[in-house]
Parts: sequence; structure tokens; C-alpha cells
Amino acid sequence: MMFARRAWIVLWKDLLTERRSKESLNALFFFAVLLLFLFEFALGPDRERLTAALPGLLWLGFILAGLLGLGRTFLVERENDCWEGLLLTPGDKGAIYLGKLAVNFLLMAAVAIVLLGLFGIFYNVDLWASLAPLSIVIFLGTVGLASVGTLFGAMTSQVRARELLFPLLLLPVQVPVLLGTVKATEAVLQGLALAEVAHWLKLLAAADLVYLVVGILTFEFVLEA
Amino acid sequence: MTRWLGWLAALGLLAGLAMGFGYAPKDAVQGNVQRIMYVHVPSILTAYLAFALVLIASLGYLFTRRTGWDRLAHSAGEIGVVFTGLTLVSGSIWGKPTWGTWWTWDARLTSTAILFLIYVGYLLLRGMVDDQERGARYAAVVGILGAVNIPIVHFSVLWWRTLHQPPTILSPERAPVSASIGLALLVNGVAFALLFLYLLSKRLALRRLEEEIRA
Repeated sequence: MMFARRAWIVLWKDLLTERRSKESLNALFFFAVLLLFLFEFALGPDRERLTAALPGLLWLGFILAGLLGLGRTFLVERENDCWEGLLLTPGDKGAIYLGKLAVNFLLMAAVAIVLLGLFGIFYNVDLWASLAPLSIVIFLGTVGLASVGTLFGAMTSQVRARELLFPLLLLPVQVPVLLGTVKATEAVLQGLALAEVAHWLKLLAAADLVYLVVGILTFEFVLEA
Repeated sequence: MTRWLGWLAALGLLAGLAMGFGYAPKDAVQGNVQRIMYVHVPSILTAYLAFALVLIASLGYLFTRRTGWDRLAHSAGEIGVVFTGLTLVSGSIWGKPTWGTWWTWDARLTSTAILFLIYVGYLLLRGMVDDQERGARYAAVVGILGAVNIPIVHFSVLWWRTLHQPPTILSPERAPVSASIGLALLVNGVAFALLFLYLLSKRLALRRLEEEIRA
């Protein structure tokens, strides 16, 4: 009980900070818009080409936004000299991990929804038909990205050259998540049933579970001194 | 001890070369190019051994906090990256005349390349943390996550695509290779294992000296 409550307090504190400063969300929102334009410039206005590349672009944009957004949650603690406060919190540090993970999940889910909506509008893709299966894929993908991102973000916030190291650590580990989400999104956008990509969803779920367990168990070693 | 290991490894490698070029028959289809397998396969097996050691040593460090475990993880990680690189390069050299291309996005090539990148990140992390003890902790966490991620990467990339022949050594069925090729591979495998142990003990000694200088 205490565990869940402590995680909730971390989540609530960060949500409140975000609501008042709107730092991350605003920046990420415009970053998503910029990415959309960059993709368009890189690929040209050919609609078929864009549609074919859409699932890959969507998740690439999502991961790029994650590289900017995920590292921040712990950086903020350091900048505001709150790191010691987190360290001194009694009890299992896994609760802090879960709280931060929940913040990152909500942040990245918001980014995913915005990105998806923008893609729908700018590239003229009908998303309503596949909204329910897409949201499952987005859920699994966001948990996968946020779970590793939270762990590595806490780590790299204490390191020199963090903006270099964070992607270098996160991206190779995220390969299964990227492959799974892109393949599943591809199938869903083609109108296939989720059962057709069940193996990808299972892989994503398994990856999420492994990352979560490793994150909860090893976080106390990251949040030391 | 280290010196003896070095001589043993050198002898083993010489024997391996002799076996690979002299004793083992020339491949009927691929010709002499196939002989690169005697470097390629032992390299990747050695790399797997090294990364398994990284996992064990990382767990050992987090549980006991003994610097010895961290030294072992660091040294094994470095050697593992070298041997993974050797695997990729030797595979490329073999692939050009055989497949007609240096690189294809085949499942096993891709997952080996990702393995390489994960552990390069692991080594970079070690270089970027100033505090010794904190670096050891962080590296241990990355070492564990990297290792448990290997099967997930493997399956994701396997389902993504495949062209590489099924593994000959680590497969449940009996290996479909002739006895002489198998023997040449075995000699090379033992030689690479000796080489690994030699490099590991050298690197461990070097790490100890580095720590002395720092202290």
C-alpha cells in the first residue's frame, strides 16, 4: 500500500509541476510538428511514398521525441536540487521508479496521440477505423520506451555528456520495441485484425514486462548517493 | 600464469590455423572462402562467453559491491566487443564472395550488430562517469539489462527477416558438418577460449594498474 502511495506522490508532484510550467509538453508538441515537416521535406509530397513510410516515421518521431523528453524528468530534480530529497525518501526506491515511469508514460502517450493526430491530418490517413487496435499498440510501445527511458534517464542525468550518452544507451535497447510497434502499426493501418500481429504484441508485452522488472529491481542501485 | 596462458593461446591459434588450412577439406561449393568460418564461429562463441561473464559479474557486483566483480565485468565487456567486431568483420569478408554483398539486413547479422552497439554503449558509459563507484553501479545495471534484452532482440529481428543459415554449433539437432571440419572448429574454439582467458587476465591486471594510478 505504502509502495503504491509513494509512487502516486511522485507522479502527482511531477504532474503538478508540469501543469504549472508546461515545459515538456509544449516543447514536445512543437517538436512533433517540426518532425512532421522534416519528414515531409525529406520524402517529398508523393502521397503513396508517405503512406508506405508512415508506420516507421510515426515511431521514429515518437522515439526521437522520447530522447528529448524522457531524460528530463530526472534532470529537473537535479537542476532544482531535489536529487537529495529523492535519495532520502524512505522505503523501496522501486516506488520512485514507478512514479517517474508513470509520468513519462503519460507524457509520451500524449506525444504519441498528438503525433498520430497530426499524421492523420497532414498526411490524410483515416485513423478512426483503426483507433482501438492502434491504441493497444501505442500503449505497449509507450510502456516499452518509458520503462527503459526512465531507468537510463535517471542514470545519465548524473553523467557528463548526458545528451550524447542517453540515446547511445537507449536506442539499441529499443530495437525490439521499434520493430514490434512498426510492424503492428503497419498491419493495423492496412486494416488487418490484431490477431494477425499477435506475435508482435506478445513480444512487445514480454519486452515491457522484462524492462519493468529489471527497472524496478535495479533502480535502487541507480538512485544511490 | 598469464604468460603461460599466452603461450598456450599462441600454440592453440597456430594449431587452429594448421587445422583450418591444412587438415580441414576445401569446401566443395564455396572453396577456400569457407575457411573463414574457423575464425568467425569461435569469435562469436567467445563473444557470447564474454557477455555471459559481464552479466554474472554485474550481478556479482550489485550484490557484493566488490571491485573485483566490476573489474571482471569491464574487462569481459571490452573483450566481448572486440570479438563481436571480429565476428562482424569476418562475416562481411565471407559474405562478399559468397552472398555477393558485404552486408544484408538478415536477422542474425542485424541482431549481432545490435549486440555490438549495446555493449559499445556499455563501454562508453564507463568512460563518461567520473566517479569510479557510481560508474561501476551504472555499468552493472546496463550490463544486466543488455543481457536480458538479447533474447528479445533475437526474436524481434528473427521475425523481421532471415537469410543466414541455421546455427551449426548451438543447435539442438546434431551438427550437419563432417568430422574433420568439426575437429578443426573444435581446435579453433579451444584456441579462442585460451586467447580469451589470456586477454582477460591481461586486461584485469591493466585495470588494477589503472586503479592504482587513480588512487
